[in-house]
Amino acid sequence: MVDALVQIFGLIFSVNFVLTVITSSTPLLLAASGELIVERSGVLNLGVEGMMIMGAACGFAGAYLSDSTIVGALCGILAGAAMAAIFAVLTLGLAVNQVATGLALTILGTGLSGLIGAGFVGQRIVPTPQLYLPFLTDLPVVGRILFGQDAFVYFSFALIIGIWLFLYRSRAGLVLRAVGDNHTSAHALGYPVLKIRFLAVLFGGACAGLAGAFLPLAYTPFFIPGMTAGRGWIALALVVFASWRPARLVAGAYLFGAVTFLQLSVQGLGLGMPPQVMSSLPYIATVVVLVLISRTRGTAGSAAPASLGVVFVPDR
Amino acid sequence: MQLVLEKRAERSAAIAIASPLIAILLTLATMAILFAILGKNPLTALSVYFLEPLTDAYSLEEIAVKATPLVMIAVGLSLCYIANIWNIGAEGQFLVGAVCGSWLAVRTNGTDAGIWVLPAMLLFGTIGGALYALIPAICRVRFGASEILTSLMLVYVAYYGMDYLVRGPWRDPHGLNFPTTAPFDPVATMPLLLEGSRLHAGTIVALVIVMLVTVMLGRTIMGYEIRLVGAAPRAARFSGFNADKLALFTFAVSGGLAGLAGIIEVAGPIGYLQPDISPGYGFTAIIVAFLGRLNPIGILVAGLFLALTFIGGENAEIAIKVPLDLTKVFQGILLFYVLACDSMIVYRIRLIGGSPKLASSHG
Repeated sequence: MVDALVQIFGLIFSVNFVLTVITSSTPLLLAASGELIVERSGVLNLGVEGMMIMGAACGFAGAYLSDSTIVGALCGILAGAAMAAIFAVLTLGLAVNQVATGLALTILGTGLSGLIGAGFVGQRIVPTPQLYLPFLTDLPVVGRILFGQDAFVYFSFALIIGIWLFLYRSRAGLVLRAVGDNHTSAHALGYPVLKIRFLAVLFGGACAGLAGAFLPLAYTPFFIPGMTAGRGWIALALVVFASWRPARLVAGAYLFGAVTFLQLSVQGLGLGMPPQVMSSLPYIATVVVLVLISRTRGTAGSAAPASLGVVFVPDR
Repeated sequence: MQLVLEKRAERSAAIAIASPLIAILLTLATMAILFAILGKNPLTALSVYFLEPLTDAYSLEEIAVKATPLVMIAVGLSLCYIANIWNIGAEGQFLVGAVCGSWLAVRTNGTDAGIWVLPAMLLFGTIGGALYALIPAICRVRFGASEILTSLMLVYVAYYGMDYLVRGPWRDPHGLNFPTTAPFDPVATMPLLLEGSRLHAGTIVALVIVMLVTVMLGRTIMGYEIRLVGAAPRAARFSGFNADKLALFTFAVSGGLAGLAGIIEVAGPIGYLQPDISPGYGFTAIIVAFLGRLNPIGILVAGLFLALTFIGGENAEIAIKVPLDLTKVFQGILLFYVLACDSMIVYRIRLIGGSPKLASSHG
């Protein structure tokens, strides 16, 4: 037991640990960043999993057919945004219940991605190249961590910084938050509530699609049906965990990445623990974290945008 | 010129009846286009999917067998959804019910246990599913954690738990290394309704549940409470109804029914516990609940229809070589259309033209 603990500590304080955490956190961070904007505008899109898996299938298809990671990433983004557009037309255009529509989006995405990806199962592509700067990347310890990542990782950080600046340092961000907190007042002030929400939902879909595309383009160099494995749902939980704030989202995504790493590495230690226990760890962790976060906040969702999930039909 | 959504003065009764049918027609039209894109003759494909299963006795029996768990789960879920409580983890409750009931079957396997085994298994399955569903319910009531996310996360946990049991402690030592338990004894399996068919007593159980829930919703205080809390939460609070108690109750009932469906499926058509006992019944049941307009009788019809798509999908995979995933695509599209058509009960779309923009007056 003590030996095992020593080994676990050894793992945590290794470069390998940080590298693995970064790779497993990036898709979570990308998808959750998009959903953060969606929810800040007052819309709850539960279809993140469906948009992600479509991003994975279309991203892989695009990259395989064009031999280009960039084309693949763009295909993933487009697929996610297209799925989000369906959601937006229903929930914003036809005032349909957002929870049920989000579920439908996930069911559709799972099926459609299987259909699209069927022809590509078993194929391989060249994985996304990682940055290499002479000298800098060769630095001990920090070199690989800071200067040896792929474009997705750097983009995920640029994205979250951009979101922070947008939300708290721009007029448009202020309007978006106002729409999410009180759509009636925002509408009375003359802001186009539905149009703003439509754009937010599309942005969220694009981010989820990119997050999905990351999986076959950078995480593994091939596509497996259902390869998102609930990451979209974990991204949704992360937004709650982060209390709808960008900085906490980064912390949350990396915390979950660390859990994934533990899952992978403890299996190799031979503690006699069944692999299924470790596989269910991220999901159990999500439940525990949701309970702890909601509890410390006292009443449910006091940090949540006040109009979250509420249908809005403008009067004229 | 602009399309706007406008609230109707009163709910449209005509559309309320027609909406599921319109939704199905629109889905069929969309599927026809999809078949054409896949290079199949749309008419042939649609008939393989939706008509041929209705023409032979074996497929009709299979439809009833597949509809049984769908209807049982969806009836329970509809109680939650009416009350605006979102249990989307029925798949996990189904698995846990199957595991809890199977525990008894595995323990008594090969012994001369009497006919009490099956009823006790069904009871264990129901209790197991209900208790598992109470986890997200308590997390919501006690700590305010979103039941949507917690109930879904627990699906994965249930799956891995069952996977561990059938690959580890419960694995059949004589099972040629397949990850299954030993086949259940005759006292631990559902009696068949017809000799030589797969139709089992679980279908009767599902019908009884449909009737019981119809009575419960329409004729009891609890049913009234569920409908009131969903339709007018503020009014319900003022009249002293306890929303927390209701959340616990609907979660427990829906989880119990999902668990019962799980153990019936294992003790019925399958006959032993194995890792893949469900083709996503718990998720498809969500569609069944909405297509059935959250009404037990409607759910019965909707359950049969979605069971038809499972059978049709399997037939189509063999007959016209389309991927099995098409069934999920169909189900997703159907749910979209159902929700959109339901919206037309309360709203109407109007084309307005040439009205001056009010927003410009304060620009």
